[in-house]
Amino acid sequence: MTDKPPKLRIANRDFNSRLIMGTGKFASGEIMVSALEASGAELVTVALRRADLSGQHDKFANILTFIDAKKYVLLPNTSGARNAGEACRLARLGREATGSTWLKLEIHPDPRYLLPDGVETLKAAEVLVKEGFTVLPYINADPVLAKRLEDAGCATVMPLGSPIGSARGIETRASIEIIIEQATVPVVVDAGLGAPSHAAEAMEMGADAVLVNTAIAVATDPERMAEAFKGAVTAGRAAYEIGLAVKRKEADATSPLTGFLNEP
Amino acid sequence: MSFASECDSLALAELSSLAQNATATDVERALRRAQGDRLGATDFAALISPVASQATYLEAMARRSHDLTVKHFGRVMRFFAPLYLSNECINVCKYCGFSRDNPILRVTLTVDQVVTEARYLREQGFRHILLVAGEHPHFVSDNYLRECVARLHPEWPSISLEVGPLETGQYAPIVGAGGEGLVVYQETYDRAVYDAMHVSGPKRDFDWRLETPERAYAAGFKRLGIGALLGLAPWRNEAIALAAHAKYLLKKCWMAQLTISAPRLRPAAGEFEPLVNMSDRELVQFVCALRIAFPEVGLVLSTRESAKLRDHLIPLGITLMSAGSHTEPGGYTGQGKEKLHVTKGGRMVKPDLPMIQSEGEHATVQFKIADERSPAEVAARLQQLKYEPIWKDWEGALNEA
Repeated sequence: MTDKPPKLRIANRDFNSRLIMGTGKFASGEIMVSALEASGAELVTVALRRADLSGQHDKFANILTFIDAKKYVLLPNTSGARNAGEACRLARLGREATGSTWLKLEIHPDPRYLLPDGVETLKAAEVLVKEGFTVLPYINADPVLAKRLEDAGCATVMPLGSPIGSARGIETRASIEIIIEQATVPVVVDAGLGAPSHAAEAMEMGADAVLVNTAIAVATDPERMAEAFKGAVTAGRAAYEIGLAVKRKEADATSPLTGFLNEP
Repeated sequence: MSFASECDSLALAELSSLAQNATATDVERALRRAQGDRLGATDFAALISPVASQATYLEAMARRSHDLTVKHFGRVMRFFAPLYLSNECINVCKYCGFSRDNPILRVTLTVDQVVTEARYLREQGFRHILLVAGEHPHFVSDNYLRECVARLHPEWPSISLEVGPLETGQYAPIVGAGGEGLVVYQETYDRAVYDAMHVSGPKRDFDWRLETPERAYAAGFKRLGIGALLGLAPWRNEAIALAAHAKYLLKKCWMAQLTISAPRLRPAAGEFEPLVNMSDRELVQFVCALRIAFPEVGLVLSTRESAKLRDHLIPLGITLMSAGSHTEPGGYTGQGKEKLHVTKGGRMVKPDLPMIQSEGEHATVQFKIADERSPAEVAARLQQLKYEPIWKDWEGALNEA
């Protein structure tokens, strides 16, 4: 028997679940809640732009009221910000409104593919870390940027597998492998994971966690799809911890070059 | 370079001809490509062709459109409300209720009155507002617009404008005050029809209007809305040009969120009859083709269309809806009724009593709406259809300099 597997540790917090959930695109708050429950997630990200930041308990901007603060660690995100200034402003407002210092930093100036702006993300991260935020930045799978963000004091790096909502899986595999190899903070593969097998693949590669939203939110049965992702993440992580068999291209039964050494 | 200088060199006539004459083979090729690849201009032309409106093709398009919309936007619908500031206008446009020479009851709301109207909309749930006005440099000046935006900004996470085109330098202070989006419909992309419809006033300048989204983007607007008013020129030609415009803007104004509207002409003062008709089937075809060609673009549906048709369009690609709209200044709370007047030769004239009696004590609408349900009713219907109505999807702090 091996020791109990280590938990996911981000900043100073331990998590049993390695599946982080997004909360956009669900058909209703109730369906979202049931999917969160089924996913086993403990860390949940919410777009601040959909939340009430006025402190007036706006019932028309009530997404936060669906998320039980006792069950989940809230990870507000800066989706909608197009540059560092906007992201920092939104982050500060979000901290006041939610009380959470955790932040998923996302800056995507291009509203079509929502690809992250590495330059602005690094700028914002440097400011926000100094202001006491626990920053989890969403980035392209750029190993150098990942190291720069780590140096800036980010709590994780979150490279994308493929564009948000694309369901294309891990198209950035080679770069994510380098990021995982070099990282001293947890690596969360975020975006583009369209099937449980994609999530399992990320975990088998050695990612510390994955973040999933669209694939669950727009599934015909989000609750069951959340369960499916939960299983895939657990399976992928276990396989990684145990160690996968090394892939070979052909069967290799004899040793034509060194076999003579075994001859009597 | 601007789209105005580029559009005449695009092969729009050939594409329009293809849109008219595409074969079943063309449609099937476009539908296959739509399963995973980006559509080219010829594919889009095939999807809006008469052949593609056949039941089997249209159903296939509707399914693909639905799937793409859910994938990119989720099972949600964003709400917005139009707020008319003024129905004064210096343009003479044959189809518009606000046309300068129409003897209608007019008013321009004061900024305080605008705030009052907006508060009413806020109570209904809206957090995204669209300020609409006729084109009138005196009554609806850039300063007035900036002041309206500045006053609304603290209470409104998202403010867009649909007003007469301005210079970049005039837009910039409006953006600085918290303006987020700018909507401008070209009305028709057919230069000859445009010329015939816009009889006098600054709106006669086709290119100036066509370049408006680019000026707005240069000034810092983050959302750009474009569209064609359907009923003036053959809709397939409009669709081809609109798609080319969208494609151009997606490249040139790459940081802006683009939205497209396909408003069909509605009854209005002046009794203009549409020059061409577009059936419900054709509108559905157009919406689906737009979605398939532009999976990430916002598609807008106003209360111009009937409740029944709107309900059916919801799953087909629409991402933004208005509800409970009024198309006259003061329409929500009766603001400005003490100042109602008729404008004759640029002068305000007191309306005679019979006119007030026949029109009612409110300004004249731009056009008659068709879906008269309240915002709450539309929201409830969305929930029945398993869509979440989203009232707030933006944050005012993102619109500060």
